[in-house]
Amino acid sequence: MSVLVFLESADGKVRKTSLEAVSYAVALGKPVTAIALGAVNAEELALAGKYGASKVLHASDERLNQPLVKAYASVIGKAMQDENAELLILANSSLGTPVAAKVAVKTGAAFVSNVVELPDTSSGFSVKRSIYTGKAFARVELKSGKKVLTLRKNAAELKEAGGQAEVKPYAVSLSEADFNAKITSTEKATGEVLLPEAEIVVSGGRGMKGPEHWGKLEELAHVLHAGTGCSKPVSDMGWRPHHEHVGQTGVKVAPQLYIAIGISGAIQHLAGVNSSKCIVVINKDPEAPFFKAADYGVVGDAFDVLPRLTEAIKAAK
Amino acid sequence: MKILVCITHVPDTTSRISFTDNNTRFDTNGVQFIIGPYDDYALARAVELKEKMGATVTVLNVGGAETEPTIRKALAIGADDAIRVNAEPTDSFFVASQIAEHAKGFDLVLMGRESIDYNGGVVHAMVGEMLGVPSFSPVMKLDIEGTAVKMAREIEGGKEYLEASLPLVAGCQEPIAEWKIPNMRGIMSAKTKPLKVVEPKAVDKNVVVQKFELPAPKGAVKMIPADQMTDLVNRLKTEAKVL
Ligand SMILES: Cc1cc2nc3c(=O)[nH]c(=O)nc-3n(C[C@H](O)[C@H](O)[C@H](O)COP(=O)(O)OP(=O)(O)OC[C@H]3O[C@@H](n4cnc5c(N)ncnc54)[C@H](O)[C@@H]3O)c2cc1C
Ligand SMILES: Nc1ncnc2c1ncn2[C@@H]1O[C@H](COP(=O)(O)O)[C@@H](O)[C@H]1O
Repeated sequence: MSVLVFLESADGKVRKTSLEAVSYAVALGKPVTAIALGAVNAEELALAGKYGASKVLHASDERLNQPLVKAYASVIGKAMQDENAELLILANSSLGTPVAAKVAVKTGAAFVSNVVELPDTSSGFSVKRSIYTGKAFARVELKSGKKVLTLRKNAAELKEAGGQAEVKPYAVSLSEADFNAKITSTEKATGEVLLPEAEIVVSGGRGMKGPEHWGKLEELAHVLHAGTGCSKPVSDMGWRPHHEHVGQTGVKVAPQLYIAIGISGAIQHLAGVNSSKCIVVINKDPEAPFFKAADYGVVGDAFDVLPRLTEAIKAAK
Repeated sequence: MKILVCITHVPDTTSRISFTDNNTRFDTNGVQFIIGPYDDYALARAVELKEKMGATVTVLNVGGAETEPTIRKALAIGADDAIRVNAEPTDSFFVASQIAEHAKGFDLVLMGRESIDYNGGVVHAMVGEMLGVPSFSPVMKLDIEGTAVKMAREIEGGKEYLEASLPLVAGCQEPIAEWKIPNMRGIMSAKTKPLKVVEPKAVDKNVVVQKFELPAPKGAVKMIPADQMTDLVNRLKTEAKVL
């Protein structure tokens, strides 16, 4: 019996959230096999070993360079059987989550998404999952021999185990039917920190007054090596791209530090940030509801506080 | 063309969440229920497609009798008829199995990217797999030409443009369409549109909710004067240990 982890990659690099999934699997104390698909750099594959996987399967078939859910689910479902894995673990993502769902249906595994911490195996196998958009949790029991979990960020601490994994090519047999869609193009913001993976997020709301002021916010994000986010009206007005919008109807983030600037703290916004470890709110209105959800608050004008904070961080480095 | 839109009946996004019966049941006291916001996008796109190219739009909900006002609202927005599978939607696999049972014969199955109560984000993918048709989510743009479907899907830090053919399943999110508000005529006609109630098919449940929990309450906020940013940075380092 073993645990299989999907190593999701982008541009040849393994996603940090997938390495967290390896750490999660290792913490269960069973042998861990990781599987990567498509073009992935060799040193990136080796990372799985560093975090404690004992084996890495690499399906390098060219047709897998396009991350198509159906084909990925076929390969991973098959690997779960070949490896006799009782448990498959993936990071929640636009690829990992639907792949998990399909594998679960194929294999008859019990499937839980949005898992936030290690399982309780004292009697049976149960996990805690996030529900009501981060406003609550449910403890769910998985009652099947085979199980599939997708993890929220920070479900397990990223931990180096200092090992080495043997990387093995994994042969796939794919049919036409596995390619039921075509990705015609991709648009990706490059060179920035991906919001769902960011350890620090700097986010701006309507209080930032207009897209022309985002330079100040980006400068703070840059010195902190942070991802940038925004409130819904900001993306609705086109000040920022849609994928930066945080909240109930946008990205749910779970960073170590969330800095909100000129955001009122509507309940729909809070739903996307309440898993953050520490929240700093900067708002000129001392009555802004966001202060109630904050760890640290600064009452002041964003255009005055932002540069001061950026300077203070630079000075502390 | 036949379009199926799967809608959830969920607490309004401003609801405070609490539980009763020793934390085993959601407390509906004082809670207002709505069509899931993402499902609302799916419905709006279905109605747009119907207006543009002609289609029938059926809405489906897996839920108890209490969801009927929400289903009627979807009919008022422009769906033609409705199916309610009379069962408590306990987990994604159960719900997907019920939907798949009724989704055969539809050209397009539209859902929300996720339900805002269970937040699985997976029912569309499960239904796609059960029906053996492609599924995509979260879809921000969906256009149909003949049987060809062109879509834009949000991915981490960007967008992916896709082509596939009908039949397919899509989990929708903004800006796929503008939310629609029912008008008087819609509300009147919704009262007489067909709403069929069917019993669920038996499904082995392998996922069981044991209990619910609320997050630990936040401690009091520490206010830092605006000219003390060095102090804030120090606290983030030594007190909060996040820098
Ligand atoms: C179904 C539904 C889903 C939604 N989903 C989301 C979601 O996912 N994410 C989301 O963010 N919203 C969402 N919303 C919208 C949400 O209700 C709020 O309208 C929105 O979050 C407000 O954005 P804001 O805080 O940027 O703007 P505002 O509410 O206008 O707040 C601006 C804030 O900036 C402060 N300010 C102004 N000038 C300055 C200055 N110079 N310096 C410092 N502070 C200043 C003000 O005091 C105020 O607090 C949703 C709404 C609905 C109905
Ligand atoms: N009980 C339900 N009845 C009808 N459709 C549902 C139900 N639950 C989920 N769905 C559909 O599946 C989508 C994804 O739900 P989920 O996987 O729970 O996040 C929702 O946006 C709905 O379109």
